[in-house]
Amino acid sequence: MTGFGRLTRTEWTKFRTVRGRLAAMLVAGGVILGLALSPMSGTCTRDTCGQPVGPEGEQVRDSFYFLHQPLTGDGAITARLTSMTGLLPPEPGSASEDDERAAIGPGGSGGMRPGLVPWAKAGLIVKDGTGQGTTYAAVMATGGHGVRMQHDYVHDRAGQPGAVSDTAPRWLRLTRDGDTITGEESTDGVIWTTVGAAELDGLPATVRIGLFVTSPQHVEALGAAGSASAPTVAAATFDAITRTGAGAGPGWSGEAIGEPPGTPEQERGRHEPAGDGFVLTGSGDIAPAVAGAAGLGVSVTQTLAGTFAGLVLVVVVGTVFMTGEYRRGMIRTTLAASPRRGRMLLAKAVVVGGVTFVVGLVSAAAAVTIGRESLLDNGVYVLPVSTPTAWRMIVGTGALLAVAAVLALGIGAMLRRSAGAITAVIVLTVLPYLLALTVLPATAGQWLLRVTPAAAFAVQQSAKQYAQVENLYTPAGGYFPLPWWAGFAVLCLWAGAALAGAGVLLRRRDA
Amino acid sequence: MSEATIVVDGLRKRFGSTQALDGMTFTVQPGRITGFIGPNGAGKSTTMRVILGLDRPDSGAALVGGQPYRTLRRPLCHLGSLLDAAALQPSRTARNHLLWIAHSQGLGARRVDAVIEEAGLQGVARRAAGGFSLGMRQRLGIAMALLGDPPMLMLDEPFNGMDPEGIIWMRGFLRSLARQGRAVLVSSHLMSELQDAASQVVIVGRGRVLADTAVADLLRTSSSLEEAYLKLTRDAVEYRAANGTEAAR
Repeated sequence: MTGFGRLTRTEWTKFRTVRGRLAAMLVAGGVILGLALSPMSGTCTRDTCGQPVGPEGEQVRDSFYFLHQPLTGDGAITARLTSMTGLLPPEPGSASEDDERAAIGPGGSGGMRPGLVPWAKAGLIVKDGTGQGTTYAAVMATGGHGVRMQHDYVHDRAGQPGAVSDTAPRWLRLTRDGDTITGEESTDGVIWTTVGAAELDGLPATVRIGLFVTSPQHVEALGAAGSASAPTVAAATFDAITRTGAGAGPGWSGEAIGEPPGTPEQERGRHEPAGDGFVLTGSGDIAPAVAGAAGLGVSVTQTLAGTFAGLVLVVVVGTVFMTGEYRRGMIRTTLAASPRRGRMLLAKAVVVGGVTFVVGLVSAAAAVTIGRESLLDNGVYVLPVSTPTAWRMIVGTGALLAVAAVLALGIGAMLRRSAGAITAVIVLTVLPYLLALTVLPATAGQWLLRVTPAAAFAVQQSAKQYAQVENLYTPAGGYFPLPWWAGFAVLCLWAGAALAGAGVLLRRRDA
Repeated sequence: MSEATIVVDGLRKRFGSTQALDGMTFTVQPGRITGFIGPNGAGKSTTMRVILGLDRPDSGAALVGGQPYRTLRRPLCHLGSLLDAAALQPSRTARNHLLWIAHSQGLGARRVDAVIEEAGLQGVARRAAGGFSLGMRQRLGIAMALLGDPPMLMLDEPFNGMDPEGIIWMRGFLRSLARQGRAVLVSSHLMSELQDAASQVVIVGRGRVLADTAVADLLRTSSSLEEAYLKLTRDAVEYRAANGTEAAR
């Protein structure tokens, strides 16, 4: 056996022959698994809360008011938008602020106030039929993000900024040429600018083309962790509508795509003639599905909510694996047996990191599997996750715990006393996460989750964050400020620095 | 076994305002027990820690079989040591305590069982070491020192906490180790024990050697090792008057 192999075996023998350590590791795994069985409940059944799946395989929201005609082959539609108005839910103060997480649902039908959410959309769309989740391309004006060209739910390109009004109308045109859909905009109907073009693979010869209006959920933070969200409504006036291509005619069909049954009167999609055009009223969104306030249900990240509790135990074990040596002078026996101190420290890191990784991996895999089933059984909708992402979360959670244990070991070696070292490690790793999830304002919480070792919790993010969907992208909702690899790298840097510092001090200090 | 010597050469070490070692120099020869005696604070434990590479001297060097301890690949196979019998993880069994030390030297469980028997620990080897009396811990420490079957041994106060039966066992055991040709360095306050066991004594005070001589020579000029020790360390001990009876035991 090589020298280092011998050292690792030695430290493993040391680790496993103290019963409390193995027990603590098993409890850590159990806690992660236990807290995956969340007390959350909802009203979804496995059948009612499914969301449409978009052409790229992800779940989407596809609800809007659609005034359409058939289009066979190539052709175009042009229209002028002269106004965009809307209704927002009542001020959150009038609802109960005590509710930690406000219900997703109609925010009282009476007291809606005028206003337009930034991602309210009104414009022209080409879509493969009127089913939800089908391929589409659209050019639109928005409440606060100017003109946009979007297609297939996740793709978004900006045009000119500015809001629509009768003094500043906006001309829009959408042209089909084979599989290519081009969106253009103009302020006068004479000089046109291309906003963008989309390739829609496999678009059938006959599609639906027309006008659309939709308006996504209004989301508001309540305190640090709570949120309220409620439907909004947008109305837009279109005129100067011209069509080319086969299927054009005077007749239009109006349809509220994806409108849930029982929608209150004023939120219902509809169209009325106005002059030579129409006023369309719609509610919903054409966008990727998100978890949290603006979306439906939770992300799989919720099932790993117990990781922080397991982390507490793991860092205690990691710290005491080193400080225990100093408590009774055992370090002298250890160093008499293994005088090469840096290697001894590395062997300890390998052992405590390896054991923690295995425990974390197994418990995270079980937590994700069992926790997801439990949420679904409780009527909570869980946003689906791709297999690679699920594996990244599970392996990442094991790695997060393992590297945190190594960080704890390093800090334990530097401080040499259990109480101080454990406090330091918990303040560095667990506390920032808990604060960011509960009491801290969003910016402070996100700052903590960028610079502290708790940044590595980003490995547990499962839902994507989209600029074109207004949401509370907060840690409480399962959204972290850094990409998973960057968050994990932050933790690795901390652990590396702690080990290096410990190595230098171990070598320099008398034992 | 000619290279089985511990050489301590001009060690100096200062802790803050205290000069703990002030030119400590002596050699431990194989085949006999060398007593290492001196009052508290004379530098015995510091010297032993420097020999084991635990403390770094300000100057001077300690060599174990001609090499610095820190460069040894399997150090416990060269020098077995017992510094502090209480340095144990209390919940670990005696056998597991020996097992991890054995693994650190590339040794297996069979060697562990052998030293358990040599140290007379068969009955308690699978009990948590935290429950051991000091005397039992000393035996466990001896077992640990013997694990690597080393040609050199270094024991700090091994008689501490032993009952009379244990002291007799320990004395006989140390003699047998020396007879096997090993170099044995034993520090102690129990002068009468060393008188019976050690053939050489290194008497130290204030961080340096006061006398390094054969026990037989000392006894020629003094009636007992006790008396010789008190004579030699008179100047090195400030507080002996107050503690005289205790030091003399």
